[in-house]
Amino acid sequence: MIFDSIFEFTDNLFISLTVNAALPLVFIIPFALFAVWWERKVSAHMQDRLGPMRVGKHGWLQTVADILKLIQKEDIVPKVADRTLFNIAPVLTFMGSYAVFAAIPFAGAYIGSDIDLGLLYIVAVSGLVVVGILMAGWASNNKYSLLGAMRSTAQIISYEIPTVVVILTMVIVGGSFNLRELSETQSANMFNWFIFGGSYPIMTKIALIPLMIIAFIIIYISSLAEVNRTPFDIPEAESELVGGYHTEYSGMKFAMFFLSEYANMFAVSVLVASLFLGGYHSPFGYLGDLVGSPLLKGFEQFFWFTFKGLLLVTVQMWLRWTLPRLRVDQLMALCWKYLIPISILNFVIVALLMVL
Amino acid sequence: MSEFLTLPPQKIKTEEMVLNMGPQHPSTHGVLRLELVLEGEVIVDVKPHVGYLHRCFEKHCEALTYQQIVPYVDRMDYLAAMGNEMGWAIACERLMGIEVPQRVEYIRVIMAELQRIASHLVAVGTYGLDIGAFTPFLYCFRDREKILNLFEITCGARLLYNYMWPGGLSHDIPPEFSRLTKEFLSEFKPVVKELNNLLSYNKIFIERTANVGVLPVEAAINYGMTGPNLRASGLKWDLRRDDPYSVYDKFDFDIPVGQGWHGKVGDCWDRYYVRLLEIEQSIRIIEQAIDQIPEGDVASAIPKRYKPPVGHIYARIENPRGELGYFIVSNGSQQPARVKVRPPSFISLGVMGELCKGHLVADVVAVLGSIDIVLGEVDR
Repeated sequence: MIFDSIFEFTDNLFISLTVNAALPLVFIIPFALFAVWWERKVSAHMQDRLGPMRVGKHGWLQTVADILKLIQKEDIVPKVADRTLFNIAPVLTFMGSYAVFAAIPFAGAYIGSDIDLGLLYIVAVSGLVVVGILMAGWASNNKYSLLGAMRSTAQIISYEIPTVVVILTMVIVGGSFNLRELSETQSANMFNWFIFGGSYPIMTKIALIPLMIIAFIIIYISSLAEVNRTPFDIPEAESELVGGYHTEYSGMKFAMFFLSEYANMFAVSVLVASLFLGGYHSPFGYLGDLVGSPLLKGFEQFFWFTFKGLLLVTVQMWLRWTLPRLRVDQLMALCWKYLIPISILNFVIVALLMVL
Repeated sequence: MSEFLTLPPQKIKTEEMVLNMGPQHPSTHGVLRLELVLEGEVIVDVKPHVGYLHRCFEKHCEALTYQQIVPYVDRMDYLAAMGNEMGWAIACERLMGIEVPQRVEYIRVIMAELQRIASHLVAVGTYGLDIGAFTPFLYCFRDREKILNLFEITCGARLLYNYMWPGGLSHDIPPEFSRLTKEFLSEFKPVVKELNNLLSYNKIFIERTANVGVLPVEAAINYGMTGPNLRASGLKWDLRRDDPYSVYDKFDFDIPVGQGWHGKVGDCWDRYYVRLLEIEQSIRIIEQAIDQIPEGDVASAIPKRYKPPVGHIYARIENPRGELGYFIVSNGSQQPARVKVRPPSFISLGVMGELCKGHLVADVVAVLGSIDIVLGEVDR
């Protein structure tokens, strides 16, 4: 555990706790910068364009330049806005999406907080984002923002249900609420991943695979909705609500929302990856095991973790630039009429299968 | 239980919210302001406010000669400037009693149809954008660009051409024009199919647009709808066939009408899809016209001085957005005494309130995009 080594090194609980908590930030911020650039490149190449090309080779420094620009911008608060709430909202939103990383294992050796109910914690904390969004919409005192915030709240709360049901299904299959333990049970090779039925006997595996694929699709769809990405981006629906809840935000506060969106995208992607795709585990063996170096193994695990997360984030981008946007009632219908019943049915079948 | 469920009367007061959509809004297609009265997210009423782009076109015309008006005409429906010019040229020629050479007529038809494709591509692309699909928009603009290149080699301009003058054309087409146009058409035909697969038949897109903003054919006629909006409601009315002008009677083409492919006849999907089908028909017309262009001079009929006889004329053509009509009153001088335009976009906009009632905010965008207005023409 990295925390123990930091504690040994500093011999100060407060400092080691702070360092341990800040570690994901060191990863998330560069990741968000990269993901924004990556999204612009992915979309550009899908659309017969080049995307950013000027700042750095193939524009790879573009987002750094953008952030520098946003920092320099005047911090505008609308006259009619509720100043306090308006200022708190972006911080709260980012806090919600950042706190999720506390219970996500980045590698076998690093997890922010190795708590037993990690999955429930993730579900609970990601709900904080809703408060931030609702606050932003309300405090802006703008009708578009308010509509966006209302939509967002309804959407995130609804889509949490299928997410939680699928998570419970996976808890039954994996037998733990702790993501690190869940990841550990999917070790050795890729056929132990839960999407391939976990490390169960062959007959159980065959029965599990279709159920797992259904669960995977459901949680992927609902995680898209939870992070407000197309086809579920109705809270910010540019062509209807201008910018939704962040219409009135500019400068660094806008950047906070942006950062939180990309952090969220990564969080749900690695959550899905940890539940179904073996988390930080390599699909085949480790070079570190062959050489006998736990440090190399740790870095390999971190590589696979990032790789899987980025892969799923790229799929999110791919969907975003391909699909149109659903309408608010269709979005709700999809959740309540299809995703929730199917996920509950799936849950019951999996539970029965596990008991037998 | 029931005392928990029924709220005491007059404790909670609900009221309608008035939402201003535009004039600075990404999907009002210009500077249009829509005053939406909302009950939650359900539309109670829509009032379009126009006039932000008013340039006194009709009044200006009274101080300009017939030739000088051509560039002004371009700026009305700036996505279909060739069509505007063609209508103006035809109106002036009928007023003055000029016969233009056949070559001019053929070139005009080719240009107008290319412009129709370009204009419909913008309509289809931006409609995808309104619904939330970004990528088809850029594909459409990629191909529109090729059409604009064709216009550029012909007359040097890409958007506002000043190409069709009363009595002829400003330039003849360059020698490679026919070859390049044919090349473009053969490249472009598969793109329509690609667009259909990417956007038209997308399940989400159909869900968003089918059965939304249904305009029955009687209502469409009563509101004076023309062009693709009227045809999507199921009426086969196209001035190119029903009141042939120029040389349109020499070509073989179909008039696609809405059939309620995925919902009721005259819904947003029909209005969208009719435009795509019209693109295919325009390709057919261009292919026929380009093989039949006669030789000749394009400037022989352009008069040195315009002094039409006293009188008035109403000439109309089928523009991409519907029936574009010019009413010109001449008092025998070099300037028209009065010009009145029948703008298809302005008249189509009148139907917004009817179509949006009872739908959601998101549908306003879908309906507005489907009637395809250009604000330059709405306000003139």
